Amino acid sequence: MTENGKPKLAMYWASSCGGCEISVLNIHENILAVDEIFDLAFFPCIADFKVSDVEGYPDNYIDVCLFNGAIRNSENEHMAQLLRQKSKVMVAYGACSHVGSIPALSNLTSREATLKKVFLDNPSLDNPHEVLPQTSVHTPEGELTLPEFYHTVKKLDQVVDVDYYLPGCPPEPPQIWAVLQVVAGALTQGDPLPPAGSVVGAGNSAVCDECDRVKHEKAIDRFYRPYEIQPDPEQCLLEQGIMCMGLATRSGCGALCPTVGMGCRGCYGPPAGVEDQGAKMLSAVASVIAAGDETMEEDELETLIQEAVDTIADPSGTFYRFSMSHSILQRVKDANGKGAA
Amino acid sequence: MERITIDPITRLEGHGKIEIFLNDEGDVANAYLQIPELRGFEQFSIGRPAEEMPRITNRICGVCPEAHHMAATKALDDLFDIEPNETVKKLRELFYSAFYVTDHTVHFYALGGPDFVLGPDADPAERNILGVIHKVGVDIGKQVIACRKRNHEVIAMLGGRGIHPVAGLPGGWSKAMTEEEREQIEGFAEENIDFAEFSLQLFHDLVLENEDYVNLVLSDTFTHQTYYMGTVDDDNLINFYDGLIRVVGPEGEELIKYPSKDYTEHIAERVEPWSYLKFPYLKSVGWKGFVDGKDSGVYCATPLSRLNAADGMATPKAQEHFEKFYETLGSKKVNGRYQPVHHRLATHWARLIELLYAAERMLELAQDPVITNQDVRPVVTSTPTEGVGSVEAPRGTLTHHYTTDENGILTDVNLVVGTTNNYAPIAMSVKKAAQGLIKGGEVSQGLLNQVEMAFRNYDPCMSCATHSLPGQMPLEVKIHDADGNLVETRQQYID
Repeated sequence: MTENGKPKLAMYWASSCGGCEISVLNIHENILAVDEIFDLAFFPCIADFKVSDVEGYPDNYIDVCLFNGAIRNSENEHMAQLLRQKSKVMVAYGACSHVGSIPALSNLTSREATLKKVFLDNPSLDNPHEVLPQTSVHTPEGELTLPEFYHTVKKLDQVVDVDYYLPGCPPEPPQIWAVLQVVAGALTQGDPLPPAGSVVGAGNSAVCDECDRVKHEKAIDRFYRPYEIQPDPEQCLLEQGIMCMGLATRSGCGALCPTVGMGCRGCYGPPAGVEDQGAKMLSAVASVIAAGDETMEEDELETLIQEAVDTIADPSGTFYRFSMSHSILQRVKDANGKGAA
Repeated sequence: MERITIDPITRLEGHGKIEIFLNDEGDVANAYLQIPELRGFEQFSIGRPAEEMPRITNRICGVCPEAHHMAATKALDDLFDIEPNETVKKLRELFYSAFYVTDHTVHFYALGGPDFVLGPDADPAERNILGVIHKVGVDIGKQVIACRKRNHEVIAMLGGRGIHPVAGLPGGWSKAMTEEEREQIEGFAEENIDFAEFSLQLFHDLVLENEDYVNLVLSDTFTHQTYYMGTVDDDNLINFYDGLIRVVGPEGEELIKYPSKDYTEHIAERVEPWSYLKFPYLKSVGWKGFVDGKDSGVYCATPLSRLNAADGMATPKAQEHFEKFYETLGSKKVNGRYQPVHHRLATHWARLIELLYAAERMLELAQDPVITNQDVRPVVTSTPTEGVGSVEAPRGTLTHHYTTDENGILTDVNLVVGTTNNYAPIAMSVKKAAQGLIKGGEVSQGLLNQVEMAFRNYDPCMSCATHSLPGQMPLEVKIHDADGNLVETRQQYID
């Protein structure tokens, strides 16, 4: 690497799908501008830098690290600590590092159940001796080792300090480019950075505020699965009984999913000021369920509401589809109330 | 005894590891490719509503979310026993063709191509997409960027989002196409055809005109004789979206052809205690270990294997290149079809022929009069039980298998994904590359590059394979002396 005074950019994936890297590539021709503004210091997806390079950097050598992926095992955690140490600004990039995302649905089950399902109990297996992967195996030639994975999926700020959060699964390219421009302005021209701990590259309100669908005060008496109904193209999906997390999800994507007739699933995490996305969605759902009328007895009303709630398929896996690690619960506990690590 | 560990910086992050053991003569005794991670989609998807799977399983891989989205959507068709109408099928295939164009483009120019464009011995610091642009010129680099851009635009237009699309429904698609969109996509498809032909010409000029590269492609180090899998249409021509899964043997004879719902009759997966990834093999042939040949159930599912498994391409320009491919590589026709090409590095060429096919198919679909019909979202009332769906992912046949209760809540999930099919052949290729390079304890300086190339032609996506890893595989080679002392460490990222 040449020392040319350009700010140093890193991007790293922990337990992730690679979609965050592709989202950066999807700023398309602006990637050439990023190449002009920044020096890459570490970016496994597109450049051949090594971890030993990172280990050799002085502390705070990297100006900005975009860290994506959840913390699934001890090695993910180690890399988070190493990059935190070497980076001035640590950004939790994308839903996994922000709130846990899809991998954190694992927190609804257990490590043991996962191993059983994958290696002992599925229809294409040929495993008569019930072999399970082992952390240490002695072959004729020598020992082979494998790491162990965590019981609980964590988000980045549960293992290191995070300066900024860039939400989305993955973040939307126009938002990414806007954030990179702000960062570049701060690093090269001394422009102010947002306050530490801020969510960047997103709005502060809810997805509903950027959704063009028309909202009424319409109450519903049941929910529909997305294949059970042909939604009206103009009207709010939730008001039609199609589960949509827009009310409990931070704005910033431009309401992409509702625009094509599919309910929001909450990948941008909770809106500003909301701690628990699932709890917020539960109260939003309660507010759209038809509350009956004044002539009804209380138990009649309760039945009405319960019947409507019963039509919601998989409430925990839906309301916390993307934010299990960020939820107050964090994971399903075992019978003894234990569940961590 | 000396041991060489090719280790993804894994002890730091755990993405994949190769252990090479040398015998007393210093030659390779054995090599193990280990995959050290697991995310467990099959378990945590249980309890979720089945119709969410296209939007959950696309998070297996952000490089090919469209493939998981589509396999999941087709599994829902089967689960709910609903046949999509012609418009839905063609809309999905159009979307899928745009995805293939962008995915194969990325592999050739950013991932696999640098080895050829810049050369296997190029400076690692230059051996990336920016190095390619420096070599071939910024104008070509801009063409590559423009190709990705327009096709991701199509993916977002039809699928709702550019990455992790959302439109798949049982028997349907959430969004119909407008005439304006159709016209735009038609134009994009024409540009894609030009781009694909340009890329094939580039391959011809850079690789086929270079004797050293041709010798490398044809060398024994990068050759394996295995079974080949691919999805074919009624005429045994390649189709990425739908068809029957066909497997041919090393000499080109058809072994089996089956609908994906029968996959458990034909494929089984072995578990080894030293890896979190399973090894699929052909049941009727049987598992004989990590060996080549007709008696070994090892099979391969890549662009090369799709060409080998098919009788040809369904579009005219791609068909011309298909014929040129086999003629150039010395394949003979037996019973009307070309015998398989076994040179793994020819996979790069096969990938570009598929790129051209995807572009041509995209144009055909964009010009199809039914494509803009608005009836794409049926109301489904059937009771779900069990469903299987498959597509050809760019990295191999991808199968999703779901079982639900009567409310469509998942009770069982099994996934056999693209790269997983290739786990055994990749492991074999790595071993062979190591054997070819390490003699008498001398570790060639070219080892890393060559091992990378042995990997790269498969375009392995460990994110898909383990439902856990990112699409790139960082490797670290550690060389230990007989006393176990670390002699040398070299690291490289391979994708």
